Amino acid sequence: MSKHLIEFTDISKSYDGSLVLDELNLYIRENEFLTLLGPSGCGKTTTLRLLGGFETPDKGRIHFDGADITDLPANERKLNTVFQKYSLFPHMSIAENIAFGLKIRKKSKSYIEDKIKYALKLVNLDGFERRSVDSLSGGQQQRIAIARAIVKEPKVLLLDEPLGALDLKLRQNMQYELMRLKEELGITFVYVTHDQEEALMMSDTIVVMNQGYIQQIGTPEMIYNEPENAFVADFIGHSNILDGTMLEDRLVEILGVRLPCVDEGFGQNRPVDVVIRPEDVELVSPAEGCMEGTVTSLIFKGVHYELDVMANGYEWLVHTTKHIPEGTKVGILVTPFNIQIMRKPESSDEKAVEVDV
Amino acid sequence: MYKLRQQFLAGPYLIWIVGFILLPLLMIVYYAFTGSDGSFTLEYIAAAFTSETNRRSIALSLELGLICTLICLVLAYPVAMILNGMHLKNQGFVVFLFMLPMWMNFMLRILAWKLLLSKNGVINSVLASLGLGRVSIINTPAAVVLGMVYDFLPFMLLPIYNAMTRIRTDWIEAAKDLGAGSVTIFFRIIVPLTASGIISGIVMVFVPSLTSFAISQVLGGGHVLLIGNVIEQNFMQGAQWNAGSGLSFVLMIFVIASMAVFGMIDRDGEGTAIW
Repeated sequence: MSKHLIEFTDISKSYDGSLVLDELNLYIRENEFLTLLGPSGCGKTTTLRLLGGFETPDKGRIHFDGADITDLPANERKLNTVFQKYSLFPHMSIAENIAFGLKIRKKSKSYIEDKIKYALKLVNLDGFERRSVDSLSGGQQQRIAIARAIVKEPKVLLLDEPLGALDLKLRQNMQYELMRLKEELGITFVYVTHDQEEALMMSDTIVVMNQGYIQQIGTPEMIYNEPENAFVADFIGHSNILDGTMLEDRLVEILGVRLPCVDEGFGQNRPVDVVIRPEDVELVSPAEGCMEGTVTSLIFKGVHYELDVMANGYEWLVHTTKHIPEGTKVGILVTPFNIQIMRKPESSDEKAVEVDV
Repeated sequence: MYKLRQQFLAGPYLIWIVGFILLPLLMIVYYAFTGSDGSFTLEYIAAAFTSETNRRSIALSLELGLICTLICLVLAYPVAMILNGMHLKNQGFVVFLFMLPMWMNFMLRILAWKLLLSKNGVINSVLASLGLGRVSIINTPAAVVLGMVYDFLPFMLLPIYNAMTRIRTDWIEAAKDLGAGSVTIFFRIIVPLTASGIISGIVMVFVPSLTSFAISQVLGGGHVLLIGNVIEQNFMQGAQWNAGSGLSFVLMIFVIASMAVFGMIDRDGEGTAIW
């Protein structure tokens, strides 16, 4: 897990004068499942296309396995891509599609046949060799696209929102399938998605991007529990993000109320962003809370209720299993451990965090 | 009831087809199989192959038709690729390019070529003034092929361009990703995916060039006798309706047979709708 397989150094890329990536630096370790996560236009797909060889950077170098591949054409790179729209060749059968890359390498007929069988088994579509592309469902087509990409035994598999066009149930199944595949193949996956749940579930490492800048790199747990800035907090699940002032170590003021917290080292009277997850907001009787509010909306979400609570001029998002009707007066309580304090962005590249999603 | 009324609306067109296409066709078939006295005979059908003039003109028509089709294909394919590669936002502009030559009467354009190519025409004047001597291609098969290519090129270009616009860029990228170089991509992806367009183009150029007689008359100057010219002479000069019909019938069989062959190759069935 330690070797750096891929390295992006100072990569910049712009289209028609608008900057998509600005001085991006990123390394990808061998055998890790790395996800580039962010809203559309954040540069995640461009990053993947640069790696796949479909774009060349304006500036910077890309290294793969120690070699500079920045100017290497796509067909000479030792990695394969699974495209968002499956991209199976419509004039070829399933077997011909899978064999395409192997025939270019001039592999023997028996080798190719074995590989097709193996790949179809791996994606649970045994016996589909003779079928035409049109006769397959979206999920099946995506499995074939994966089979076609892995028969060439790439060191890295690039996946560009591969589940984006599938319905929810199928998408969830495919997420488990992909994780199993990753285990069986033992290769590096670089995955692009805008779906934070997908990213949290599958990845070893998540790279959160916005406006061409990396916002945070970390494990799913780190990204979720300790977002580094307001953008990450907002993008990874719904959150209450408030302007606050760090009065001193372990004491923050939000909405005119002083709350104890566990963060230190921000200095005194510093403006900060405060993140409180909706599931971390406890609703108690008005007298017991640190501030008083009124329930303004109640939506049943299955596992929990989603409530809006108006308190001290801020509409709190609250997840609770209790049914609390609209109009009820409640008290809001947050334990110090669940208050996440983040520095306000200062430099220009950090301003990207302020963009609304 | 509604359905009946809809069908009724097709009436005028039906009358048109029967009156001006079906009946004349039947009359040609009738004349082709009867002698001047009205009795049944295969003489005029057989004449297409027994008469030296007819044999030669059929062979020449096939030869020039094939050459013209081949030249059109070789010229149109790269043009279609370039046009497609330009990713024009306004596809109407491309259609405009194709339609532009059709704004002018085709006989006029052919006559213009005659003037350009003639012994003392524009091209030769320019060449002579440059001291390069003269070319004499007017009244040769080469001039006829030139006229045909000039006239039929858009019919090759349009279907190929259409097929090409349907190729998704991610197919090309997927092929690259799997290790294909540009040559492999061209022959394994682009050509197969434009096959239906190529076949449409071939049919739409080969059939009119096989049956054309006006171009060969003007640019061939009576020296290039295509099957169409022989038929025309039979009808207009000799008033030999039976001989002309016999030849027309044979030509029709050639056309239908060639379309059937292409129809079988074209699995999508986009090119040749009749089969």
